[in-house]
Amino acid sequence: MSTANHTGGFHHAHHFNSLEHQYDTSKQGIWLFLVTEILMFGGLFVAYAIYHSLYPQVFHAGSKQLSVVLGAVNTVVLLFSSFTMALGINYVQRGMKNKAIIALAVTIACAAIFMVVKFFEYTHKFHVGTVPGKYAYTEELSASGEKVTKVGALLAEANKLSVAEREHKLHLDETEYEHLTLLEKTKNWPLFFGFYFVMSGIHGLHVLAGAFLIFWVLLKVIKNQVGPEYYTPVEGVGLFWHVVDLIWIYLFPLLYLVG
Amino acid sequence: MAHEQHNYLNHQKGIWSWLTTLDHKRIGIMYFVAIMSFFFLGGVFALLVRAELFTPGKTLFSADVYNRMMTYHGAIMVFMVIVPGIPAIFGNFVLPIMIGAKDVAFPRLNLMSWYMLMIGAMITGSTLFMQNVDTGWTFYTPYSSIKTGMGVIPMVLGVFIIGFSSILTGLNFIVTTHKLRAPGMTMNRIPLMVWALYSTAILQVLATPVLAITLLLLIAEKALGVGIFDPQLGGDPVLFQHFFWFYSHPAVYIMILPAMGVISELVATYSRKVIFGYTAIAYSSLAIAGVSFLVWGHHMFVSGQSEFAGILFSFITMLVGVPTAIKLFNWISTMYKGSIRLDAPMLFAIGFMFLFTIGGLTGVYLASTGMDVHFHDTYFVVAHFHYVMVGGTLMALMGALIYWFPKVTGKIYSDLLGRIAWVFIFTGFNVTFFPQFILGNMGMPRRYYDYLPTFTELNQMSTFGSWLIGTGFLVGLFGVFHALLKGKEAGNNPFGGKTLEWTIPSPPPHENFDKTPVISGGPYEYR
Repeated sequence: MSTANHTGGFHHAHHFNSLEHQYDTSKQGIWLFLVTEILMFGGLFVAYAIYHSLYPQVFHAGSKQLSVVLGAVNTVVLLFSSFTMALGINYVQRGMKNKAIIALAVTIACAAIFMVVKFFEYTHKFHVGTVPGKYAYTEELSASGEKVTKVGALLAEANKLSVAEREHKLHLDETEYEHLTLLEKTKNWPLFFGFYFVMSGIHGLHVLAGAFLIFWVLLKVIKNQVGPEYYTPVEGVGLFWHVVDLIWIYLFPLLYLVG
Repeated sequence: MAHEQHNYLNHQKGIWSWLTTLDHKRIGIMYFVAIMSFFFLGGVFALLVRAELFTPGKTLFSADVYNRMMTYHGAIMVFMVIVPGIPAIFGNFVLPIMIGAKDVAFPRLNLMSWYMLMIGAMITGSTLFMQNVDTGWTFYTPYSSIKTGMGVIPMVLGVFIIGFSSILTGLNFIVTTHKLRAPGMTMNRIPLMVWALYSTAILQVLATPVLAITLLLLIAEKALGVGIFDPQLGGDPVLFQHFFWFYSHPAVYIMILPAMGVISELVATYSRKVIFGYTAIAYSSLAIAGVSFLVWGHHMFVSGQSEFAGILFSFITMLVGVPTAIKLFNWISTMYKGSIRLDAPMLFAIGFMFLFTIGGLTGVYLASTGMDVHFHDTYFVVAHFHYVMVGGTLMALMGALIYWFPKVTGKIYSDLLGRIAWVFIFTGFNVTFFPQFILGNMGMPRRYYDYLPTFTELNQMSTFGSWLIGTGFLVGLFGVFHALLKGKEAGNNPFGGKTLEWTIPSPPPHENFDKTPVISGGPYEYR
């Protein structure tokens, strides 16, 4: 705004009485926004709960296909990043610029690790054909006139090979082979991967947005635009990041561990 | 008053200063220009739909074109006109002034909301030239997800972005009301318009995210075939309706609550009396907002939901009538023994009460599970919701336009033109939609391109009425230009209003108040 009032180097906008007033107001705004985020994911969770109760076997077979190890790694990475984010806020509040920069940079690095792991998880799913809805099916029809899934086609190929050859040629180890066989026997299993890709996909977009926002406040820290008197953007972005973490903490057991 | 006084209109100059403005008053005007353009477009589609229905069978267009026009009429009017209408235009302009604030809490966010509405509207509008959409504004699955063209995706994406705009506006209003009230302005002293906008904002923030996820799921369904709504893949199309109406029923109150706020202001000012039952009107807004979340199932009485759910939803739906009736009776009590001036805004307020009552009472028919089986998806429903939403919101919008026009521009809107517009809109409205109640009762289904020859006369009456409404709004538009060019100077308080916006110059200065006002009493202190 054109008219600004100064308190200790940082100024508040003309329609606020003081920096504190502005801080309180911004914080309420951020919390309200986070409520809308939770509500949006709430819709997904409701849909998840309904279909889980309708088709428990689909969710059982589907979740077996997800890698608990990779999911757990990502959970730890995100939890740790929440910790470094909180540290970052704390350092900014106390005016410890260099430590704040490191903490925020580590948080961004964690976001990057999370996305890289997600990338490997996704590409593997494209490889074996555990993809959502209509894309899980091939063009062909089986002898009985039913649509053939990509997993079914892969298994048909695998059945012709020995265990060692499966590992070598198709990159299928024995456990995964069993899980895919279980999956293939379950009617409507692509539904699970619809949920998996939509839920983790929208969450992934939030991780990207969060990383971008943390980068934005990191620049602010470097340029001395935030400090002990004024740290609203850092705290706001931090709250957003915690919610992104929180949502993953729900997604991980719901998607990976229910089986 | 001094010549060439300094105000928000001449504070900065040039188109760029408007497009980058952070002033809530200018943003309100930008919303006005944008939303009125959408309204014009939606209105043209309405007239074309009605023209097509002038005779049974083909009158002007093919069934395909008809379906598209009906879809665009609904989507434009709901998502781009009636939902943002009063809050975005008049809420933006008067809310901060009414509570004695210099601006909304987040001016940048406010500007961003406007751009999001523009971007959303452009994406939605682009489908007019690409793949057309013929789903109706409700985008019901499985038709929208499996059958029709891919144009549904940009259409729905545009609506998603518009929803974002709505959330951000609501968020801004809630925080503004909480944090920026002038000293002495307690929650029980804020004007009823602010109460209405505040309740609306709560709805916008709590309901719209559910629409957002519904639309994202529809996009995912269409693009990836995730199977959540596709029965062939194990999904359930009725879930879409549950989600959709969980937003869209509260959205009906997002449309009507601000209108009720406007009516409260108009009734108090033009009756020159203390509003009767301030707290009752204020808290009934919150009550409507609360109950509105629990009634979505009445859209699905015939969807095969359980009988118990039907009865429960029917009961709660009728419950909404209670806070609504509280408002209506309080307005009438305010008018009782008041010195009523039948200026154009007051005519629109009375028109609102009349039409909204018809809309509300016919809603009771539809809320009754047994009657609803008979009326479901007939023109009775079309007439009902047009009485509520158009008869309610657009009457209030016109009233608000004429009432606050002097404050916004410094010029008085011609009362004569306002009255002429009222006569056309009010009579045209009844001529258009009353026959539709009868048509619905006779069994004419809604959304259809063709109808039985027995329905011809009533349909022609309805089409004739639509021309009257069109004329009325054109007169209203003419009034705007007339007032801008030839309007009388308004002065601070041409209508004797008692709320804060009438204590400052017209048009208001850049920062609204030279000195922050200190409030010591209620908002409508008429003696």
